[in-house]
Amino acid sequence: MEYVFIIISAIFVNNILLSQFMGICPFLGVSNKLSTAVGMSGAVCFVITLSTLVTYLLQVYVLDPLHIGFMQTISFILVIAALVQMVEIVLKKVSPALYQALGIFLPLITTNCAVLGVALMVVTKEFSFGGTEPHMLNLGESVVFAFATSLGFGLAMILFAGLREQLSLNKVPKPFKGIPIALVTASILAMAFMGFAGLV
Amino acid sequence: MGKFQLITKGLVKENPTFVLLLGMCPTLATTTSAINGMSMGLATMFVLVLSNMAISAVAPVVPDKVRIPAYIVIIATFVTVLQFLMQAYTPAIYETLGLFIPLIVVNCIVLGRAEAFANKNSVVDSACDGLGIGLGFTVSLTILGTVREILGSGSVFGWKFISGDGILAFVLAPGAFLVLAYLIVLFRKITAKK
Repeated sequence: MEYVFIIISAIFVNNILLSQFMGICPFLGVSNKLSTAVGMSGAVCFVITLSTLVTYLLQVYVLDPLHIGFMQTISFILVIAALVQMVEIVLKKVSPALYQALGIFLPLITTNCAVLGVALMVVTKEFSFGGTEPHMLNLGESVVFAFATSLGFGLAMILFAGLREQLSLNKVPKPFKGIPIALVTASILAMAFMGFAGLV
Repeated sequence: MGKFQLITKGLVKENPTFVLLLGMCPTLATTTSAINGMSMGLATMFVLVLSNMAISAVAPVVPDKVRIPAYIVIIATFVTVLQFLMQAYTPAIYETLGLFIPLIVVNCIVLGRAEAFANKNSVVDSACDGLGIGLGFTVSLTILGTVREILGSGSVFGWKFISGDGILAFVLAPGAFLVLAYLIVLFRKITAKK
């Protein structure tokens, strides 16, 4: 049951893009077309889940026993960068079709703050879902949380890209062209997501 | 370009928030009040100046192929230093800004300046560049924070001028997007006239 709460909370209530503001760069940058938004979401989903798994293990089995918690930021970003590179190489060999689809988005993900954000969140913050006591997440919960968060990222991204495709057909006042009108759209989307507050 | 120009270009011509549209995550997330916005700006400026200096110093000896990982490690080191300093001297602000302090590592402004400026200019020039862009970022975040604080909680820098609550939505997520959108429009209007 707790996993259901984690999933609903991470996708809708605490949406990573629209209520926590992580990963805004790709959100604004590659949301012009629906197809690129889908590709980006897929790549992010893959990397967030995998990197959270690895950084969680790193924190619990290396950083904590050795008392080198201060290396957290440095080691996490290196793990993420290495992982992205590795995913790229493996995908190229194993599934060239998927590599073609995700290709250009993969290197961009290293500097997507949602990835580092989620990895840091699960090892530093206490969570409470569905009225349970606030507690640190265990490995299973962390991975589910990471996966659900990336689904939330994908949902917001795809909704937003759909809206922006429509928007590009409309006449927009000159100073609003480009990013400002996109931000106004995002604001209305965020308002809609506020409706989920208090659900879990 | 003179040193003075390097420092002032970040304010208008190459303003990171309103012109270059970089570093949007901390811009939107931490500007719930003027103080928070200003602290985030100053924290980023600290990292920007030091990492710019270090990167311009080591750039000639770093092989081209591994320069991005090397820069990221340098930036992450200064972010860790900043984390310790803030935990020791400004624990309250460190609490409020929370995750967004370690996330300075992946702020595109910092890596962007390393790539675009620091790795081909002298240490002193890079420090000035970091100071200028950092200053522009701080000023923009303070403006954004002030507007959101006035509308959202009816106060300026914590000094309250109305009784009761403001328009809560401006402190929450939708207000962040909306205020930033209108500030960019305003900025474009003002600079277009010149």
